[in-house]
Amino acid sequence: MRSLDDQVASDPRDEIVKFLGPMRAFALSLTRNGASADDLVQDTIVKAWKNFGSFTPGTNLQAWLFTILRNTFYSDRRKSRFEVEDVDGIFSGQLSEKPAHDGKLALNDFFAAFVKLPVDQREALALVGASGYSYEEAAATCGVAVGTIKSRLNRGRKALVEMLHLSDEDALEMTDSVTTSIVNTKAFAARTVR
Amino acid sequence: MKAKTSTTSLEEQVVENLRRVYQEKASEAVPDRFLELLKQLKNQENPDALS
Repeated sequence: MRSLDDQVASDPRDEIVKFLGPMRAFALSLTRNGASADDLVQDTIVKAWKNFGSFTPGTNLQAWLFTILRNTFYSDRRKSRFEVEDVDGIFSGQLSEKPAHDGKLALNDFFAAFVKLPVDQREALALVGASGYSYEEAAATCGVAVGTIKSRLNRGRKALVEMLHLSDEDALEMTDSVTTSIVNTKAFAARTVR
Repeated sequence: MKAKTSTTSLEEQVVENLRRVYQEKASEAVPDRFLELLKQLKNQENPDALS
């Protein structure tokens, strides 16, 4: 059952490195600013390292790290250290009045809408919508009832659709255009429009 | 058109797009400062482990 030998050989804290990417994405959803997000991740790493004794081996390390990250964000937010007015980088961009004439939705519009949501809705969307957490896991991470997560998620989704001025006709085009622009930013060279 | 279905599916698509973008961010290369920090934390506790 217990593998003391393994633990001596490999520090379980070495696993933290695997979750740096998800931590940065979650931090960015909370702070909306790349520099603040990375400061938040840095503080989280230090806290996690020093308090690793309170992590129960065999449980979900990412969830534990996210909880620390979140607590750090909210405790320091009072000092407004992490939540800055300056929404930058990947999340920048003006929300256009409407989707372009052809009804297509620009990727920037999508982010511009997301950052306008209240933090509790961004958080629910990041955990359940984007990270694939169950309602229960998200509720545990945020320290609220399952119903609260569900309603935040619902309100967030509705608000996004509203802000983006989406209507029925846009449904199909949106998936195509946003997906295309995401694919294009990653591998635009792989495919030329002919 | 099926109005109810469309609304739901719009919301689903919005979330799906969020998921893609978010996952892309999550799989970005991690800045060296974090790897350095982890190394530092490890070495602080374990000065003997330094080569």
